[in-house]
Amino acid sequence: MAQFLQLALSGIAIGCVYALVALGFVLIYKATETVNFAQGDVMMLGGFFAYTATALMGWPYWAGIVFALAVMAIFGMAAERIVLRPVLGQAQFTVVMVTIGVGYVMRGVVTMTPGWGTDTYKIATPFAEKVVNIGGAAISLEQLMIIVMTAALCAVLFAFFRFTRIGIAMQATSQNQLAAYYMGIPVARVNTLIWGISAAVATFAGILLAPITFVHANMGFIGLKAFPAAVVGGFGSIPGAIVGGLIIGLVESFSGFYLPEGFKDIAAYIVVLLVLMFKPSGLFGEKLRKKV
Amino acid sequence: MSFFTAENLSIQFGGVKAVTNVSFEVERGEVFTIIGPNGAGKTTIFNLISLIYPPTSGRILFEGQEITGLAPHRVANLGIARTFQNIELFEHATVLQNLLIGRHTHRTTALWQELLFLPPVRRAEIAHREAAEKVIDFLDLQHYRDSFVAGLPYGVRKVVELARALTTGPKLQLLDEPSSGLNPEESDDMAFWIEDLKKDLGITVLMVEHDMSLVSRVSDRVLALNQGEMLALGTSREVQSDPRVIEAYLGKQE
Amino acid sequence: MRFYFKTDYAQDVRLFQDGVQVFWYVALAAALLALPVLLPEYLIGQMVFILIYCIIGAGMMLLIGYTGQISLGHAAFLAVGAYTEALLQARGVPFAVSLSAAALLSGVAGFIIGMPALRLKGIYLAIATMAFGFIVEEVITRWEHVTGGNSGKQLKQIDFFGIAIDNDARFYYLCLGLVAVIFLGMINLMRSPTGRAFVAIRDSEISAQSMGIHLARYKTISFAISAALTGVAGALYAHKVQFISPEQFNLLVSIEMATLVFIGGLGSFHGAVFGAAFIIALPQVIVFMKDYLPTAIAQQTGLQPTIFGLILIAFLIFEPLGIYGRWVKIRTYFSLFPFYRGGMFRRQKAYMKSDRLK
Repeated sequence: MAQFLQLALSGIAIGCVYALVALGFVLIYKATETVNFAQGDVMMLGGFFAYTATALMGWPYWAGIVFALAVMAIFGMAAERIVLRPVLGQAQFTVVMVTIGVGYVMRGVVTMTPGWGTDTYKIATPFAEKVVNIGGAAISLEQLMIIVMTAALCAVLFAFFRFTRIGIAMQATSQNQLAAYYMGIPVARVNTLIWGISAAVATFAGILLAPITFVHANMGFIGLKAFPAAVVGGFGSIPGAIVGGLIIGLVESFSGFYLPEGFKDIAAYIVVLLVLMFKPSGLFGEKLRKKV
Repeated sequence: MSFFTAENLSIQFGGVKAVTNVSFEVERGEVFTIIGPNGAGKTTIFNLISLIYPPTSGRILFEGQEITGLAPHRVANLGIARTFQNIELFEHATVLQNLLIGRHTHRTTALWQELLFLPPVRRAEIAHREAAEKVIDFLDLQHYRDSFVAGLPYGVRKVVELARALTTGPKLQLLDEPSSGLNPEESDDMAFWIEDLKKDLGITVLMVEHDMSLVSRVSDRVLALNQGEMLALGTSREVQSDPRVIEAYLGKQE
Repeated sequence: MRFYFKTDYAQDVRLFQDGVQVFWYVALAAALLALPVLLPEYLIGQMVFILIYCIIGAGMMLLIGYTGQISLGHAAFLAVGAYTEALLQARGVPFAVSLSAAALLSGVAGFIIGMPALRLKGIYLAIATMAFGFIVEEVITRWEHVTGGNSGKQLKQIDFFGIAIDNDARFYYLCLGLVAVIFLGMINLMRSPTGRAFVAIRDSEISAQSMGIHLARYKTISFAISAALTGVAGALYAHKVQFISPEQFNLLVSIEMATLVFIGGLGSFHGAVFGAAFIIALPQVIVFMKDYLPTAIAQQTGLQPTIFGLILIAFLIFEPLGIYGRWVKIRTYFSLFPFYRGGMFRRQKAYMKSDRLK
């Protein structure tokens, strides 16, 4: 039982990270119909900034988080403005290829940056190596904090989209860009802002993931697991991204323990293929068809 | 046995009844028009006939054979071609290539023959080309033959779409608002062509149209719909003077 | 500027438009045949890689450029081809048979994965193929008694009907022959009903369907052909590098294969050739450049992905028609000189067009 609880909790913890990266995909997808293949790399870069603030500049943990979030939000907005807006309106996959290109550049630049390079780094957290005892299971405080902080972020985002003026404008834009534009919403600026928020969310994921996998240039590839998460939840659904992330995290955690070696790494992909085969719209996705 | 029959067609999307109990018959060689205000379910009926949506209930028969439940790509083989309200052409291909795609149902060659481009493929290609050229001559598209569709003006694209449908060699041609977006002159040409389709090519036409002058000019019979239900069926004049039709368009007279 | 006066429909189904075109292709063929005499051994080796990537490019172009279906898992088919070749050669199967088997097996794999996957569209298809790629990579790693797992597999040189392909020049001619046959086949296919059906699916699925095109069947055919070609390339690649292991078939390879067609120019087989040349030449150019850069930059491992990414982005923003598109523009500029207008090839952007519904 304790074993089961431990597996479930570590699954949920890693699932939270997938969920946050998936959330970043979904925000951008809803707003611009683009899938950002560089989302994982955004997470990686965010991790590096947090590392720089806490380890190299000696800032406290929380200040480091705020610093990384701010820098990466600006980075996300700049990326949208400089590289993505020029290809707006091109075929969907052209835009996706652009984000793949952005990912290459980010990985390349990070490894060339002095002080970062190809090494692996640790972000010191205030709750490192502390253990909580729940129902006989020893749970690391780090995992617990991932879950708590993800929940907090989700609450903040929910309030933002539900109650603030700009949040509601974003919702309107994602429903129908043209109508939103006619209602006087500055659609282009809203899209830029969405990229900023999405980059910040990914950064948050990177900071949460850092104690588990450490920070390194190829950290972004972990973000690829967020694709299965987003699809399982139904691409384009924000609650779907969260639930999908948790499902993928749990599946991975349990398959790593109960199934033969090797299944852990591809469990997420097997799940996504099954979902696509039998319920392509995912758990919360809406089914759309073209009007002729 | 009539040429085309729709029997008690109904379809619901979620709880919304888009079409309810619509029945009509189209005789061979006539021009049959469906009219109705926006949202009356006209295009939905077209989508039911081209099997894009399965009906919730009811049957569609073409030349005595039930077609409901067939895969959508089978309608073309049966001899039903359609155009779309918002033009669905193959944008990054030339007009000629678009028309040649229309010949798909007449394909006679196998994949392996095509890989080697054997003499039968060459012969078939020339035959397809001849068929396409006939339609090009019929609709006066010679000038645009090698132009890419993406660059053509709206009026021409509308004609190209009709041309593509005709290259399939249809017995029944569905036209979804053939004159929408056309200027009066182009609209006039369209009316001529619809008459020629019927007279010269012997094609039965089932169309959805808003322009009442075009409707009364070419239609043999007219069906008026409102909110998915049948209002009136008869000649153009009969339908236009039907009080229920006037009410649906203009509101109740006090 | 040339004018074409056509008097017969047969002129339009010809392979070459006129004598001038025939002349240039004959000249190209002669130059390619003479290359091993002219170039040093090392560059011939690189030419072999370009030819192998041309085969990959032909497959990807058929799938992405002509049928409009994306794949981010094609490295899996490369792997199927490579491992089939390695295993069959080890059992003494003649090259012609093992190469055909590699093509067939990858084609069948493509057919099987294509059937369910191609009901999906756009981004879903990309994710499904990516997932498939990951699974195949893992299977190769874990299925040790067949694939050798992470310790990989060695290959011997090819014995082509008694001729030992023991140097790069011979390998080059073998690949050149295959490339010529494959490209001829693909061009034939594209001027036949099947090829037109692919283009129809790319541009509008709904009207392709109303023209009587069975969407699932043609998408699966396209996927299977492109997988088979990738399998052939995989078999040749395995021989060229003589050693294969799972990490040669990872996601980055799949992505590289897809970017090839975007950089080369979507919708033309010329683009596949240009893209292949680009993918192989770029690392060489970067290595060459390093001699002229300050050592602090030149020694960085991140240099290559950075430049690759920047070039990819630049192409997509400034030249969405790829290298081939640029080439067509330059050619048109000279043939129309001095009447070329700047906006001649500008395409309308469809801002509100939604790819969610296609």
